[in-house]
Amino acid sequence: MSTASTPLLSVRALETRFVDDGVALTAVDGLSFDVGRGETLCIVGESGCGKSVSALSIMRLLPPTSRVTGRIQLDGKDLGALSEPEMRRVRGNAVSMIFQEPMTSLNPVVTVGYQIAEAVRQHEGKSWAEGYARATEMLRLVRIPEPERRVKEYPHQLSGGMRQRVMIAMALACRPRVLLADEPTTALDVTIQAQILELMRDLQAETGTAIVLITHDLGVVAEMAHRVVVMYAGRKVEEAPVGDLFERPCHPYTVGLMGSIPELGSSLSAEGTPRRLAEIPGIVPSLRAMPAGCRFAPRCPLADERCHAQSPPLTENRPGHWSACWHWERAGEAIHVHA
Amino acid sequence: MWAYVIRRVLAIIPVMATVAVVVFLILHLNPDDPAAIIAGDDASTAHIENIRRQLGLDRPVYVQFFDWVLRLIGGDLGASIFLDRPVLQLILERVEPTLALAISTTIFSVCLALPLGVLAAWKAGTWIDQTIMALAVLAFSFPVFLIGYGLVQGLALELDLLPVQGFVSLSEDPVEFLAHLVMPTIALGLVYTALLARMTRSTVLEILNEDYIRTARAKGLANGRVLIIHALKNAAVPIVTTIGVGIALLIGGVVVTESVFAIPGIGRLTIDAVLHRDYPVIQGVILTVSGFYVLINLVIDLTYTVLDPRIRY
Repeated sequence: MSTASTPLLSVRALETRFVDDGVALTAVDGLSFDVGRGETLCIVGESGCGKSVSALSIMRLLPPTSRVTGRIQLDGKDLGALSEPEMRRVRGNAVSMIFQEPMTSLNPVVTVGYQIAEAVRQHEGKSWAEGYARATEMLRLVRIPEPERRVKEYPHQLSGGMRQRVMIAMALACRPRVLLADEPTTALDVTIQAQILELMRDLQAETGTAIVLITHDLGVVAEMAHRVVVMYAGRKVEEAPVGDLFERPCHPYTVGLMGSIPELGSSLSAEGTPRRLAEIPGIVPSLRAMPAGCRFAPRCPLADERCHAQSPPLTENRPGHWSACWHWERAGEAIHVHA
Repeated sequence: MWAYVIRRVLAIIPVMATVAVVVFLILHLNPDDPAAIIAGDDASTAHIENIRRQLGLDRPVYVQFFDWVLRLIGGDLGASIFLDRPVLQLILERVEPTLALAISTTIFSVCLALPLGVLAAWKAGTWIDQTIMALAVLAFSFPVFLIGYGLVQGLALELDLLPVQGFVSLSEDPVEFLAHLVMPTIALGLVYTALLARMTRSTVLEILNEDYIRTARAKGLANGRVLIIHALKNAAVPIVTTIGVGIALLIGGVVVTESVFAIPGIGRLTIDAVLHRDYPVIQGVILTVSGFYVLINLVIDLTYTVLDPRIRY
C-alpha cells in the first residue's frame, strides 16, 4: 500500500455515514489509501460505491447529516483536527476539487474570471487586479484561446469542454498539492475527454500536483493512473499499480469490470465469431441491506459458503498488490460471458 | 441591448391604449348618467340636457372617445364633478404622500425580508429558521388595519412616541415627514415583508443545493461570500419579480393604510371619488395607477438583463 515516496495525502480507515430517519447508513466503510507527490491514484467503481462521497469527505463538503471518522493527513497534518475556518484555508488552496458536471458547477451569473480571481484573493490576499491577472494566466495554461477575452465571459458563453477547463484552471489557481477530480470527463464528448485528460497529465508534470482521479471508466484509468483503488459497496476490494492490475486482477469484481468494456472492432473480428460483452449480473447492494460476508458474493460466480459468511480481509497477495477475496488466485476465471 | 430597451418601451403603447379604452368605457357602460349627477337631485330634464350638451355627451361615442384621448395626450384628464377642479391637479397634489409611503414600505420590507430570508435558508430546519418562518406566518395573518390601529394605540397614544395620524410634506419638515411615515410603513409593510422573506428563503434554499454552490465552497470561500455572491445573486431574478409584484399589490394596501392614518394620498382620493361617483377622478386615478404598474414592470424587465447575463432579448 505504500509507495516509494512519503505519502502527501494519507487516508486511513475513512468511514462516512449518513443519518437518515435515525438509521445510520454507511456509504464509505474503512477506506485507506495514500497518494504521493506527482502521483495519480485512480479510484474506480460503479455508481454509488462511495467514490465521490470519499472525496467530499476529505474536503468536508458533505451535508450536516453526514458523520465522517478516520484519519486524513495532508503532509503529516491531520485535516480532521482543523476547525471549519482552518479547513476553509485548505480547500481550494492545498487541496482542490473538480466536479463531474461542468455545465452546472460554475456560477451562471458571475464571469469565469471573477470565479477564478476570488479564489486567488481568498487564499493569497491578492487584489482583484492581481486575481484577474492570475485568472487570465490560468486560462492560458489550460489552453483556452483568447484568455484576455474569455476571462470576462460568463459560463453560458463557453462550451462544456471549455467550462471543464475553467474548472481545472480554478482548481489549480492556488497551486494545490492535491487535486481531487471527481469524474472530470464523464459529461464530455470523447474527443474533449482525451484533451482534458492530456491537459491534466501535462499540468501534473509541470506542477507535481498529486491527483486523485475518481472514475468508472477503465479506459481513463489505463490512460492516467499510476496506482488504482477499486471500490465496491463502500469498501476497497483491490489496490495495485496500474500495469499489474490490468495484467493480473486479483478480485472477481475487477475482472468483471474489465470484461464489460467493449473493444473497438471486436464484434467485427476476422474469425467471424463476435465476442459477447461480459456483464456483472445483479446490482450493487443497497446501503440499507448489505450482505453479511463478502459484499460482492451475491454477484460473484466464484462465491461459496465462506464468501457468504465471512468478509475476506484485504491482503497483500503480491508486492504492492492488495485484494480482498478468498479466491483471489482464481479471480481470472470470474468472467461471466453469455454465449 | 438598446434595441430591446426601445422595443420594450414601445410595447407600453398598446397596453396603455387598452387601459384607456377600458377606462373610457367605464363612463359609458355604467347606468349612472354623469349629467344627472352633476345637475343634482332636483334638476329638470331640460337642465340635465343642457349639461349633457356642454359636456359633449350627446355626440357619437367614438367622437367622444377620440376627443377624450386627444385631451388625455395633452395632459387634460378632465375636471372633477364634485370638486369642480382639474383631475390632473387633484392627483398631483396627492401623489407625494402615496409615493412616499410606497417607497418607504418597499425599502423597509426589502431591508428586513432579504437578510431574514437568507438567514432562514442558511439555517434551514433549525430553531432560527422556524422562528423566522413562524413570525412570517403571523405577520401574514394580520390585516393592515389591525396592525395600524395596534401601532396607533401602543406607539402613539400610550407611549406618545409618534404622531397619531396625518402627513407632513418632505419639503416642509423632513423629520416630521419621517415620523409620520413610520407607523403606516410598518402597518403596510409587514405583510409584504413576510411574503418576500418566505419567497427569499425558498429560492435561496433551492439554490444552496446547486452544484456551483458546492464549487464555491470547494474554493474555500467564507460563508458570507457563498451566500451573497453565489446564492443571492442567482436568487435575484425571482426575488426582484416578487418585489415588483409586491409594489403593485401595495397600491391596494395603500387605500386602507391612508384611511387608517388619515393620509391625504391617492388612496383617499380614490375612496372619495368612488363614494361621490366622481367619474373623471376615478378615470384619472385608474390611468395613473395603471401607468405606475406599467412603469414598474418596465423597470423590472430591464433589471433582469442586468441581474442575469443569460437573459438577452
